[in-house]
Amino acid sequence: MRRLLVGVALVGLVAVACAPEETETTEPATSGTPSETSSPVATTAADCMAEHEGDLFEAGVLTVGTDNPAFPPWIINNDPTNGRGFESAVAYEVADRLGFSEAEVTWVVVPFNKSYAPGPKEFDFDINNISVTEERDQAVDFSTSYYDLTQALMVLKGSPIEKATTLDELKDAVFGAQVGTTSLSFINTVIQPNNDAQVFDTTNDAKAALRNGQVDGLVLDLPTAYFEAYINTPNGALVGQFPNAGEYIGMLFEEGSPLRECVDLALEEMTADGTLEQLQTRWLADYLAVPVIE
Amino acid sequence: MSMRDLDPPEELAGHDRGSRLLGNRGFLVSTVSTIVFFGVLTAIVVAAPGFQVVRESFFDVQAMKESFWGVPSEGLPGIGKAFLLNVKVFLVAEVLILILALVIAVIRQLPGPVFFPFRLVAIIFTDLFRGTPLLLVIYLFGFGLPALGIQGISTQSVIVYGTVALVLSYSAYVAEVYRAGIESVHASQAASARSLGLSRWQSLRYVVLPQAIRRVIPPLLNDFVSLQKDTALLAVLGVIEAARAAQIYASYRFNYSSFVVAAFLFILVTIPLARLTDWLIARDRKRRQAAAA
Repeated sequence: MRRLLVGVALVGLVAVACAPEETETTEPATSGTPSETSSPVATTAADCMAEHEGDLFEAGVLTVGTDNPAFPPWIINNDPTNGRGFESAVAYEVADRLGFSEAEVTWVVVPFNKSYAPGPKEFDFDINNISVTEERDQAVDFSTSYYDLTQALMVLKGSPIEKATTLDELKDAVFGAQVGTTSLSFINTVIQPNNDAQVFDTTNDAKAALRNGQVDGLVLDLPTAYFEAYINTPNGALVGQFPNAGEYIGMLFEEGSPLRECVDLALEEMTADGTLEQLQTRWLADYLAVPVIE
Repeated sequence: MSMRDLDPPEELAGHDRGSRLLGNRGFLVSTVSTIVFFGVLTAIVVAAPGFQVVRESFFDVQAMKESFWGVPSEGLPGIGKAFLLNVKVFLVAEVLILILALVIAVIRQLPGPVFFPFRLVAIIFTDLFRGTPLLLVIYLFGFGLPALGIQGISTQSVIVYGTVALVLSYSAYVAEVYRAGIESVHASQAASARSLGLSRWQSLRYVVLPQAIRRVIPPLLNDFVSLQKDTALLAVLGVIEAARAAQIYASYRFNYSSFVVAAFLFILVTIPLARLTDWLIARDRKRRQAAAA
């Protein structure tokens, strides 16, 4: 019987050893999340921010996440701090409206797959070309749209589908997409090709498969496809863009983050005075000229 | 034969009539201890402040079901169907590895200066493929071979390249396992076989290899359990296999439950393999004991 008691005591010891650690690590997080705001609704982004100063991940600075590597035209030279590239520019503009100077913005690396991990987040918001869907919204919170995304088709020059203008012409092709993007769903539900689509870790892997002829075309979001086809890929060609299916990208917040409201206000101001559109035109070029595949 | 000395005597392993009372008490103690152990473990996890969140993002039953079957209306592939690909690749690769690795191991044992270049090739092969990360080998074959543009070779499906990469890499490991087995057979065995008039080949075939292979079955199966999981690496070539299908689901729904489904499927296949290993070892022990008696 003594052995049994020792065994039980041992288990108990483990329990005691584990328990405080568990609570210790999560306690600050739970106490850091306040309930709904009781004060009157702020009308400007700056007011809203002043009210929620205590909810920042790090006091006095705006901590913004993005992936590494990040790609043009979203982030240029893989350096979000330079203010160049659409997402870097938008983040600094939002920060400005919230009352942060450029020096008060800290960037952290947030891999896409980690951005939706449960538990407290190590950033105030994550800006990483993330499409907003209802299902994703259940795990995290999103801002309103800062760009309405369309999908586009990229091939190599001389491809049999280079001149395609209708979805019917694409049925027999093999398509590639990057994992985690909404492109795979788009291929399977809108194009509905006869062959299974292939999914790659990165756009570079997808391009290797394209060069090898393992896939005939890549479905990417329009700005990425435009950049890849005309700037980053020798012999690349853009077949066209697909009609927008209501898809848009938003900034990602921890579920229930009160900061979302402030960022939404900032985006609202930026839309109202035309700043957002200016940034879109400046960094994402004018894509109206890209033909539409229907 | 010294192995036999270490085995517990038969009467201790089975039910002994004289100590039934002790056996019952032992059963009781082990039951209580098991219940308490897992009970406390469960209590710690369930009582954790973040348990609810973890349960929702890792163990959501609805998400598990959905990811297993896939969501055709949204173009999301099902993990269940994707897992069949892992199993297919595993079964084909396993057979090829068993053959190729044995050939390499035997070549390394060939005596005489004439066979030096063969031994050299076998050694280089083993060093090269055992030393290179499997992921790199898969990339090299999956993206490199098609780029070469060789008729007949460069036009295969990526699944073929991936399987070839798995076979080469694992053959290098398994060849070493075989070699250890061959070397563990005492030299006197081959010498006696030769003295009985068997040729070098015959003594290898009928005396050395049967003993060697029997001894290395557990480590071989160990490698195959590992191979089973490594089939997931084929995903980098664009193939949608179980782990990739799970990743796709997770990234669409922001819920990791799909990874748990994929993990469960892998475990489902590896557990029978592990039990088979145990059974083979037990059977082998019994046979040797019977032969000795």
